[in-house]
Formats: sequence, C-alpha cells, structure tokens
Amino acid sequence: MAMSLSLLFRRCCPKNRQALHRLFSTASTSESSDDADIVISGGGMVGASMACALAYSDSFADKRIVLLEAAPDRGDFHLPKRYSNRTCALSPSTAGLLSSFGAWEEIEMMRSQPVRRMQVWDSCSDSMIAFSQEDMTEPLAWIVENDVILGAIMRRLRQAPNPVDIRFETSAKSFVIPHVSESWEEKSKHPWVKVELGGEKSIYTRLLVGADGSKSAVRAAAKLHTVKWNYEQTAVVATLRLAEAIDNNVAWQRFLPTGPIALLPLSEEFSSLVWTTTPEDAKHLLKLPEESFVDAVNDAYWHERDKNALADKAVDGFSQLLNNIMPGGTAMKQLPPTVTGVEEKSRAAFPLELMHASHYVRPRVALIGDAAHRLHPLAGQGVNLGFGDVECLTRILEQAVAGGSDLGSLNHLLTYETKRQRHNLPVVATIDGLQRLYSTDFTPLVVARSLGLTAVNSLTMFKNLIIQRATA
Amino acid sequence: MFVCRTCRQTVQSATYVQWPSRACVTAGRGSFEQRRGVHNTRVQCQSLRTRSAEENDQKFQRPMAQTTIDEEEVKKFSNLAELWWDEAGEFEALHSMNELRVPLIRDALVNQRQQESEGTVRPSLPLEGFQILDVGSGGGILSEPLARLGALVVGVDASEENIKIAQAHVMHDPKVARNIKYIQATVEDLVGTEAEKFDAVVTSEVVEHVADVPTFVTACCQLVKPGGSIFLTTLNKTYLSYALGVVVAENLLRLVSPGTHDWNKFISPQDLQYILDQNDFSTRLLHGMMYNPLMKRWSWIKNTSVNYAIHAVKAT
Repeated sequence: MAMSLSLLFRRCCPKNRQALHRLFSTASTSESSDDADIVISGGGMVGASMACALAYSDSFADKRIVLLEAAPDRGDFHLPKRYSNRTCALSPSTAGLLSSFGAWEEIEMMRSQPVRRMQVWDSCSDSMIAFSQEDMTEPLAWIVENDVILGAIMRRLRQAPNPVDIRFETSAKSFVIPHVSESWEEKSKHPWVKVELGGEKSIYTRLLVGADGSKSAVRAAAKLHTVKWNYEQTAVVATLRLAEAIDNNVAWQRFLPTGPIALLPLSEEFSSLVWTTTPEDAKHLLKLPEESFVDAVNDAYWHERDKNALADKAVDGFSQLLNNIMPGGTAMKQLPPTVTGVEEKSRAAFPLELMHASHYVRPRVALIGDAAHRLHPLAGQGVNLGFGDVECLTRILEQAVAGGSDLGSLNHLLTYETKRQRHNLPVVATIDGLQRLYSTDFTPLVVARSLGLTAVNSLTMFKNLIIQRATA
Repeated sequence: MFVCRTCRQTVQSATYVQWPSRACVTAGRGSFEQRRGVHNTRVQCQSLRTRSAEENDQKFQRPMAQTTIDEEEVKKFSNLAELWWDEAGEFEALHSMNELRVPLIRDALVNQRQQESEGTVRPSLPLEGFQILDVGSGGGILSEPLARLGALVVGVDASEENIKIAQAHVMHDPKVARNIKYIQATVEDLVGTEAEKFDAVVTSEVVEHVADVPTFVTACCQLVKPGGSIFLTTLNKTYLSYALGVVVAENLLRLVSPGTHDWNKFISPQDLQYILDQNDFSTRLLHGMMYNPLMKRWSWIKNTSVNYAIHAVKAT
C-alpha cells in the first residue's frame, strides 16, 4: 500500500519530486518543521525594526520572515500618562531609518522631545563644551521613551505590506548552526540553521539574525568571541519634575569622578535622569526617600567640592588666551534647571558593561544591536549603533537578493560586518576612552582633559565634525 | 589515521575520500578510489553503496517519494559539495565572481525583455520566464543565483560527479530546486534536440578548459534562440595573463590549485568574437575583469588582457 502510494506520487508529480522528498522525509519523524527565509531572534527595538525594514522592502515581498519574541503580545500600544524611566536619544539618521517605514511619524504623534543643545561640563574644573547645530533649527537628537519607540515600530510592523510572522511568547530553546554546533555533525547535517522552539517544533532558516540583547543566545550558539569589560558602575534612571516649565530642549551632562550625571528633556516639566555611579552609591540612591533623592540630584549638579584649584587656574588662563585668538568663538556656560520632584516608582538601576563581539557574522548568522555591541550610556549612542546595523544589513540583504545570492551566504554578511565594525569600533573605543578619562580626579589628567575640552569647545569646525559623526 | 565506518579498521590519510580499509577490499566490498584534494574526516568504504536485498525492500516499504539520487549517494556528494560551496575555500574566486556575472546576465536579459514587450515582472524575480543554459555548471555556483532570480536554468556539465554535487546542494532549497535541472552531457550532445531553445547560454570560465574551442562555441551558439544572448567569461592569451593568471594566481597566491589553467588554451577576445561573428552573433559588450586578491573581490576594468567577459546577441 505504501509502495503504491509512492508510485502514485512519482507518476503524478514528477517535477515536485524533490519538494515531496522533503515533505515526506520530515513527516516520517515526529518533528514538525517550518521553512523561513529569515528568522529574527528577539523582538526588542532593534529586532522589531529589522523585521519592519525587511517587511517594507520590495525585495522581500515574497520572502518569509519570522520574528521571535519572548514577551507576550501586548496588543496595540496605548500611550500611558506617566513617562517611562527608560529613554533613548535618537539621532537624525535613526529618525531617517524609522521614517522609512513610517514609525517616526507614529512617534511624533505620540511623544518625543527634540534636543537642540547639549552641554557637558566637568566637576573638577570650569571647563565645559556645548554642542548645537549651527542654526539651532535642526535638533541634535530626540529623547523618546523605549516603550514609545517599540510601540510605534510594532504598530507599523502589523500593517506591513509583506506580513511578518510575529511569534510572541516564543523563544528559541537552541540553535543548530551548520559547521558550528556539536549537534549538527551528528544529526541531519541540513545546510540551513535550525531554530528549535521546544515541543518538537523547529524552523529551518536561510539566515538567522540575532537581535536578542547583550546576553545573546544566538551569539553563544554561534560561538562568537567577545571583548568584555565590566565598568563596575551602575546607571540609576528616574523621571524628574523640574522646578518650572521651561523650553526644555537642552541635554545636560556633568562628569563627576564617580561617573556622569545626565538630564535629558522629556517635556516642559519633566526630564529623564541617567546617573552613572558606583554600585554602592546606586543602591543607596534607590533607597533614599523622595526628598533626599531630589536633593542628591541637585547637589550633584551644583556642588563644587571636587574643584581642582590648579585645573581651574589652567583653564582660566587658557580660555583667556583663546578669547584673544578667537574672540567670541567659545560657547557660554548655561545653568541647568533645578529639580523639585521625582515621579514615584520611577527609580531603577542597571549595571553597565562594555561588550563588543569580535565577529558579527558566521555563515547564515548575523548579529545586530546589543547582541553585537554594548556601550556606556554617556554619549547616548548605544541604540543608534543598533539602528545603524539594521539599516546597513537591510541594504546589504537587498543587494544580495538582487544578485540572486543565498541570503545566508558569507560574502555579503562579511561586507556587513566590515562596514559596521569600521563604523562602530571607533565609537566604542572613543566612548570607553572618555569614560576612563573622566572617572578620575588625578590632577595631571584633570588639567589635561580640562584644557583639551576648552580647546575643543572653541573649535567650532571640529565640534561640527563630531556632531556629524555622532548623528550619522 | 581514520576509521572505516563499515569494518572499523584504520585507513589511510584523509586526503582521500572513499578509501576503504584493506579488509573491505579483500572482502570484495570496494576498490580504491581517489578523489583529488578533498579533506574529509568521515571515511567510509564503498560497501555502504551496495546494499543487501532486504535493505532495499525495507526502503520500499517506507512511504517516501523516490528522488533521482539515493540517500547514501546524497550523503557522499553533500560532503563533496561542501568543498565547492565553501565560500572561503578553493572556489572562492568563482563565488565572488557572481557579483559581476549575475548582474551582467540579469541586466542584459531584463533590458532585452523591456525592449521587446511591456510585460509585468515581479521585482524580486527579474528573470522569470527566461530559459538559460549554464554550460559547465560545475557545482552550480552560477546556476543557483540565476534560478533564484526566477529563470529556468538547465545546468550542463561533462562530469557526473559535478552534476551530483550540484543536485545534492540544491536539494535542500525547494524554491530554487524547482527552477534548475542538471544534466550530465556535453554541449554537442544537446544540439541535436535543444537547438534554438534557450534565451541565453552562459559559459563562464569554461572556454579555457575546452579542447576544440570553435566547435564548442559553435555548439553553444546553435542552442540560442534568434535574438537571444550568449555570455562568455574566460582568460585572454597574453603575456600578462600568463604572468598573472597562471604564475601568480596558481603558484604564488594559490588562488586556484596549480595546473588548473593551461595558457595554451586561453583565447583572445578577437578570436572569440570572430567565431561568434561566424555564427551570426554581434558583440554587445566586451569588458575586462580584475580580481583583487586582498579584498577577494572582482571588479570591472577596461583592460581585457587577463580576464574578460563577452555578451553577444544572435541575429533574429
């Protein structure tokens, strides 16, 4: 009976023999397997935007894209009245990417706050630097809550012309990657990546994109080596109420020896706090009553205890010199707003580390976002690098499809890796360097950095270059 | 030292696949078969190929549609396919040449179609509806991208091993597999039945390995429809091509294994164009190509002294 069945199929569908072979060979086992072109593991901001970018791309109109997200489906996003304490500073190039699939317009309809000026100063001396775009009309960045970003992207994803298979409450139990995983040698040796979802379900995919955060399971399965550094610092976040409603479009950051404290504008009355400090200090801050916490924040911005006399003198003399050479070139120091309250239950803390994967790709595997690199938040670049990865990978995959190559082919994945590493590594290194430079109150270093900062502050062209690089 | 999977005896070095143990050979279960330069740690005897009658019966009882290759052969050729399809391996230059070849073929055919008719084309399948013959398809390195872009590709190779390798590789991807057919044959064999059947014939890096170039090219030309295209990429016969294409590429940089190319078989574009002209083809494009061994990428250059590509169109 079985023999005649196979004969029947042979006669009826000679062309589909190969397709049938696969169908029957999987039916004979108890597993049910699925086929996909790209599986994106991790539905956070970066993973979801990757899915969205592919869904809105013409080249992927007939390709099957699957997005795996461990969290449950929260349905359509409703903007809560209270501000969330996790925010991001989005650069103009990220805004460009998000508007390419309509998510930026959604964000603007919800809430975002443009930053037109950034002032960074030192607690150990009077040196400071202020960034602003030339004519003050283009914002340097936008401060948007993480929930708002994700909500906007998910909304656009659900309306995409090429529907993406979004699987909530699904996370891969394991990955079988060709030539890498031990289990690959023993089993079927299928040339594609097998994403095992548990319960005997699995997906075979041509390309696996790892967007699952700094503790990426994809990265671990692909056995990619990383360079890690624990900063021994914790970031405390909170939503703060300002003393009075102001035209809140300036981002303030003061470097203390324990770490930078940043105030990012959310609205006329509220700002988001990101205070990087030692783990003990962070624990202490979280336990403080509201009033004391507010006092601590104000004190951090206004105190002069760390002032180094020598550095002060040096900076004074230097700025006078600069004023004589380039009169009017230096930006003036403004005073940050005073904080009067903190939203209840908005205080939280998370540890910081530096992480960078030495390779972003393997055959049929690519990492994007925090899975590939994790930075110190002092320059607000982390998520922007992730979105940059999304844009680069999407463009490269579109080119690969136009050239008829296999999506998982190493040739174009290596191009993606080279391009992104060339962009990311200098940023990672610079931010790490800045963090180390400013985490000390050793006098020679303080004098050196203060003079350096003052010098850069007066070089408008150089500052514009930095802005260009940071917003690209 | 490696272990024969059948009789568990240790066997010779891993540069030979299918090197059965002495015991198996003595028992008449196989012979020594050599494969050049293939590194494979999974050594097995030929014995696995010959199965007993019971095993064959058992196989028929499973409800499985029969394919043109049997499972054991598939496994063997899948291992060899890894050599052809290792993008950083011996065929690295051929894989990266796709960056030039595929857009050349794709754009030429799409332009040709646009000039003829106004038909709607799906943007992700620009070559849908075209029938392409890939002569000397090898492991299918060029056939698969063309099939993925929607073309119906017939891949022809004189070596049975190559055909089986190509089939074993494409088997896993049903979307591509349904657009490709691999045939073990020479071009001359096809002329009898398939004359003037193909929209395009592609012979990439084949002409320099052929004994009688005029006959080969003429046969290829006869398989093209009137108004169709022929694409050839090969090496020029110049001092520079000897220096770079043979000495440097094979002996110094080891981009291809030594002995791959015989300079005497190289042909200049003028000679090739003459043969094409005699077959009623007019040259549309003649362009040089250059391989950068540091960046491992090909690029188009004006100079045709080493590698070049020709696109010619048959008179209607």
